[in-house]
Amino acid sequence: MTIEVKFFASLREKLGMDSVRIEARPGMTVREVWDQLTERDYPVNTLCAINMDYARADDVVNDGDEVAFFPPVTGG
Amino acid sequence: MPAFLYSQPLAPLHELERYQNAHLRPGSYGASANFIGTMRDFNAGDDVQLMTLEHYPAMTQQFLDRLCEEASSKWPLVDCLIIHRFGEIKPGDPIVLTAAWSAHREDAFAACRYLIEELKARAPFWKKETTGEKERWVHDV
Repeated sequence: MTIEVKFFASLREKLGMDSVRIEARPGMTVREVWDQLTERDYPVNTLCAINMDYARADDVVNDGDEVAFFPPVTGG
Repeated sequence: MPAFLYSQPLAPLHELERYQNAHLRPGSYGASANFIGTMRDFNAGDDVQLMTLEHYPAMTQQFLDRLCEEASSKWPLVDCLIIHRFGEIKPGDPIVLTAAWSAHREDAFAACRYLIEELKARAPFWKKETTGEKERWVHDV
């Protein structure tokens, strides 16, 4: 199955990745997606989303999902 | 109960008046409360010349739309509005407008505050500041 992974703000710059499409295996979690794409430990304050809803690192991804990783938000 | 994302400069008082004239029936509300957030020229002890506001377009829009719906379900509002900038912003530029209209002031104040507090806590925006020759993200991982 295929998923799309996006990185934002400082994470995008540090990892040098904006958006990538990867093959994921059934039952894969958000944290395992991170581990497959990066050499870094999962930062404790990183936020993630699946299909534009906030998610947890141990949530499972599904075929066609859009997974996003981003730092703490600073809008307003 | 709309939310808008602007790349162009935001004139909040003009937008407020324009929205109110176009969408709110005179006499249908007795209170309107609004909050305007503006860019400072200082942060964390440094002068700031420029800020770039990044967002996650589809998620940010969905988040702000839902926030308007939540506020309208929590308080008896006649209407509410959010407008937020993204892109390059200069000191003194308005960044965000939240507004709520209701029959009475308690609900308008509470909803307006809820909109800006939830937006600041959870809406996917990220500020990058330019201070002198350097750039820095306001919060980092």
